Amino acid sequence: MLLEVSGLTVKFGATEALSNMGLTLERGERFGIVGESGSGKTLTALAITGLLPEGAQVSGSIKIDGEPLPRSEREMARLRGKRIGMVFQEPMTALNPLMRINDQIEEAIRINAAAGAPPIEVPNLLREVGLELRHGDRFAHQLSGGQRQRVMIAMALASQPDILIADEPTSALDLITQRLVLDLIAEICTRRHMALLFISHDLKAVAWLCSRVAVMHRGKLVETGLVQDVLGSPKQAYTQKLVAASRFNVRPLARPPIGKTLLEVRGIGRDYKQGGPWPFGGKALRAVDDVSLSVDAAECVAIVGPSGCGKTTLARIIVGLDRATRGEIRFAGELHHGSDLPKARRRDISLVFQDPFGSFDPRLTIEQSLSEPLRLEKLDASTHVDRLIEAVEAVGLGQEMLRRYPHEFSGGQRQRLAIARALVTRPKLLVLDEPVSALDVSVRGEVLALLARLQADFGLTYLVISHDLDMVRAIADRVLVMEAGRIVEEGKPHEIFARPQHKLTQDLMAARLPEVG
Amino acid sequence: MSAATARRFVFTHPSLWLGLAATLVFTLLALVSLVWTPYPIANIEIGDRFLGPSAAHWLGTDNLGRDMASLVMAGTLTSFVVASLSVLIGAGIGVPLGLAAAAWGGALEWLVLRLSDFIFAFPAIIVAILITSLYGPGATNAIIAIGIFNIPIFARVARGGAMSIKTLDFVAAARLAGLGNGAIAYRHLLPNILSLIIVQGTIQLSLGILSEAGLSYIGLGTQPPATSLGLMLRDAQGLFLIHPWLTLVPGLCIVLIVIALNLAGDGLRDAIDPRLKGAQQNAA
Repeated sequence: MLLEVSGLTVKFGATEALSNMGLTLERGERFGIVGESGSGKTLTALAITGLLPEGAQVSGSIKIDGEPLPRSEREMARLRGKRIGMVFQEPMTALNPLMRINDQIEEAIRINAAAGAPPIEVPNLLREVGLELRHGDRFAHQLSGGQRQRVMIAMALASQPDILIADEPTSALDLITQRLVLDLIAEICTRRHMALLFISHDLKAVAWLCSRVAVMHRGKLVETGLVQDVLGSPKQAYTQKLVAASRFNVRPLARPPIGKTLLEVRGIGRDYKQGGPWPFGGKALRAVDDVSLSVDAAECVAIVGPSGCGKTTLARIIVGLDRATRGEIRFAGELHHGSDLPKARRRDISLVFQDPFGSFDPRLTIEQSLSEPLRLEKLDASTHVDRLIEAVEAVGLGQEMLRRYPHEFSGGQRQRLAIARALVTRPKLLVLDEPVSALDVSVRGEVLALLARLQADFGLTYLVISHDLDMVRAIADRVLVMEAGRIVEEGKPHEIFARPQHKLTQDLMAARLPEVG
Repeated sequence: MSAATARRFVFTHPSLWLGLAATLVFTLLALVSLVWTPYPIANIEIGDRFLGPSAAHWLGTDNLGRDMASLVMAGTLTSFVVASLSVLIGAGIGVPLGLAAAAWGGALEWLVLRLSDFIFAFPAIIVAILITSLYGPGATNAIIAIGIFNIPIFARVARGGAMSIKTLDFVAAARLAGLGNGAIAYRHLLPNILSLIIVQGTIQLSLGILSEAGLSYIGLGTQPPATSLGLMLRDAQGLFLIHPWLTLVPGLCIVLIVIALNLAGDGLRDAIDPRLKGAQQNAA
């Protein structure tokens, strides 16, 4: 038994953040821990590596090769270096921005060099993680997210560890890169016969990579066993809920018929000037390039594409936060170019933001935040209040929530409130920028069901921006695929997913992980 | 942060508590001098000069026979008034400038930044000498000189804080709701950077007290018969070798006040640091 954890409990003061956690890991085995944020999965990893934050009281036993973890910090550091490699979620902050990649990897090798062992060389490691030699001369900011994550893996491998702990290694990456990194981790573990402890909220990634899995909820182990047993036929109610949520089964509702063209975008382009305030010199960065699209009333159109393809910029122009350099937009018969959207029309377009934590001013009550868009209409006091209550109740929350502050709500509730704010002016078009990607898997389904119900109730038109193909398949009537500022493919979701034409669409489809269970 | 967590924080962070308590003691001393001092500070008793500390004169008397305890109380008041007013001038002009720079950007931002560069290029003492040589020495001119020097500092802090708030989605949401730059700055940016401004204000207060002491020491600040801690130092400097006590009392007072304010400022910074707040929320 390589790693044996039993009865592991972590307390912060009186609150038990992790209780009675147990797991075992054999040499060469791949073990996954899934759970929502705050379920204690990262704490488990930190406890194993002895990196718990100050003030944490740990009890229980953690044994590596039958030996309990050393008490002294010095020996623990040596053990971490020799036996355990770690890969974190955000590779940008885990790499030193002032050191070249070669030097960082070399440092990891030098610190952990075993006496008498044959020296490892940086080029070999770079090659093993699928990087070219020239990447070693670069700095962290000169690499893409996926390349940085490969560097992190190379550094973790420098000590030739027995255990690799990967904490959400792919959740900051886009779909195609995510698949490449997951495949790389699997390949390296197999080749080196290295054990993997893979921590993720993504059931599909865990099912793809691991042979055994532990499901955690609120600091407790809910269910553990072989992946096909636990995720294929879950016994606990929580696991069943999690598996169901990962499938995006949005039940189809009676929808109002699709009407006339509501939004028409013609030849939109957006250039960003680079190189300071000078009028000349510096090549313009073309974020959006000659995009044309149209959305009909009561339709749900999705724009998918990798990160940096310009889909968010396009959304910002459509809602009137940014101005197009070229082209024009016709919304409900009126012509505009983005930020010159007429004030009378602003109430008809709303935007729901990706991050439910940044979209509310922490110092305003929900009522104050929700009232803001109502300035666009001149309403008397009682209609004003009625509208607020209508919006909050439409998203399934009570009117007593209006007096509270944003920090009193969970991520899923905040996203509901963000949708309520978008609905408060009774808009025609709702632009949703990654509406569920910042949410836990278990609440994604709820929010999507809410969106489907609102569309049925109010005849809303949706323009959804996303990189999540499964979500898009569940809700969209039409899909546009975007790459490098251009729309490269368009069609009904089932057609596009069955017969992708463009290279990018094919790559996206190939990168999809199989359904769970 | 709720009242309960704030209270717990004070007890777990003794330096903040110590700093605030010491600041409060000096402030009270200064305020009491408005209505009562052991002796009137203009009361010259040549016969009683150079007395050591005694029951009648707690901190002794100076070269003119004035009561040192009274002088220290009145001098502390002057120091606090000059420093507070200059902080108010700095924050009152600097914060709106910084917010405007962040909210509007473009040419206005450039102008504000270059203007603050320009003021930064002159040390406070030079600005003070310039003003006092134009309009004559005095507490008012010291306030203006230190205040002008505070403007770019507050402008920078306000702009920096506002820039990081401005990228958050709720500002975009406000823009979508039709709010203009001014309304966004007032409604969303200002409340969210207020904690930064308070911390900076505390630190500038201690720097202001030092600057006032410096200006009075070289004769450009407070003028007799009014007194300030810097002026007391100036009066005592010629007698340092014979009567070091006269220099030590106001000198130590300045040191203690500045240490108290710095402790309070650092403590406040720790207390409202957003990263620290995040850590507390995560643990909860």
